[in-house]
Amino acid sequence: MKTTMFRNKVFNTAFFAAACGIVLAAGAPKTNLASAEVNPKVIEITAKKFEFTPTEITLKKGEPVILRLTSSDRVHGFMSKPLKIDTDIPNDSTKDVSVTPDTAGNFTVICDHYCGTGHGNMKMKITVVE
Amino acid sequence: MENKFDRRSFLRVTGTALSIGALYSVFPGLTRKAGADGITRTLLELNGEAPAPFSFMQLSDTHVGFNGPPDPLGTKAFESAVATINGLKNRPDLIIVTGDLTHDADSPDEHAKRFKLFKEISGKIRGGAQIKVVPGENDAALDGGDMFREFMGPTHYSFDHRGVHFVALDNVSAGRPEVGAAQIAWMKADLARFPKTAPIIVFTHRPLFDLKPEWEWFTSDGDDVMNALAPYENVTVLYGHIHRENFHQAGTTKMYAARSLIFAFPDPSMPAKKPLPFDKAQPFKNLGIRRVNGNADGSDLQLEEVELATAEFSGTVGMDQMLKHGNNDAKDE
Repeated sequence: MKTTMFRNKVFNTAFFAAACGIVLAAGAPKTNLASAEVNPKVIEITAKKFEFTPTEITLKKGEPVILRLTSSDRVHGFMSKPLKIDTDIPNDSTKDVSVTPDTAGNFTVICDHYCGTGHGNMKMKITVVE
Repeated sequence: MENKFDRRSFLRVTGTALSIGALYSVFPGLTRKAGADGITRTLLELNGEAPAPFSFMQLSDTHVGFNGPPDPLGTKAFESAVATINGLKNRPDLIIVTGDLTHDADSPDEHAKRFKLFKEISGKIRGGAQIKVVPGENDAALDGGDMFREFMGPTHYSFDHRGVHFVALDNVSAGRPEVGAAQIAWMKADLARFPKTAPIIVFTHRPLFDLKPEWEWFTSDGDDVMNALAPYENVTVLYGHIHRENFHQAGTTKMYAARSLIFAFPDPSMPAKKPLPFDKAQPFKNLGIRRVNGNADGSDLQLEEVELATAEFSGTVGMDQMLKHGNNDAKDE
């Protein structure tokens, strides 16, 4: 069910930090993979009518990242079906989205929360490399 | 309740060329079918009318207020559609409009003017046809549908027409491509009084399936809507938004998209959602309507080309698709 999946992928920063603390306290092995899982790279993305900044990012297949989403004007959407991302970006707080791409390729993320007459062109590209 | 009639011929919704509008002829094939009396009586009791052959028209995406490079003629196609309808020998008594009646405006006052102009133009349709509308995102996504309700009425509702049950679904005013759990629950309750074989036509703005999500051609909870409709055997979904013809079938449910009255988007197989350029030589290219008349059991279909009222802008290119669908042998495209 898409909604459940979405809820599993999106969480707030405070919860994420708490979760990381528990894992580290438990003495997780510090392999590269474990390090990436425990402390994933954070990529900041800003939304405003009718663009995302940056307009393109590159991720690595299998490597978890946190997309830290903010809006500088109003509510926007952030949606890519192939990447299993589907969230709104509120205009009064930051939204963190956890992504671990499982397929290499080029993916389009769109704003799917209607934001005005230029809404149809509000998109960005995520490239996933092997 | 057991219904023995042949469901394939119970409701035939024969789409015609989608452009200036689509004219659908509905042939509830009851009169010669075994067991038809029972369902006819049931629908008569429920709807006040027994199913009977009739025609209706679909208009979509009039975008009143838009005036730009893909269509510098503004409302000209919409006005031409009204003139064409008025010129029909047998005018439909029902017209549905599947969203984006207006083009969004930054100023509420300007948007209100566009709604007024939509009503002014559509009000010129003669013959007392009922005009039933649903909102598109341009009409209702920024204010949750407040202005749409003020000018046009509720964003979702149902009604019965000549024995067929119509459901108007709103998948725009949440801001996102979404119908929402409350509206789906309402639809389930609304349909619960009907037998599974009742003829149902759902009209909405966005596609209820993943046609091309990266172009926002989808509804996020479309699967939930389709699951709610799945028990019903005679469902047709009509929608707009994509500004071009499309046909898709899920189970027994057939879904048709209409062309717009403003400009066309490309085929979803194309890489970019770039409006097709305006062609000065054929400003209404691909526009025109085709009327399909038939007997009550859907046999002996007669096709009738209907040119636009303004000869200068007439054109009937690309009509083969709906002909195929009218023969009940439609496939995904």
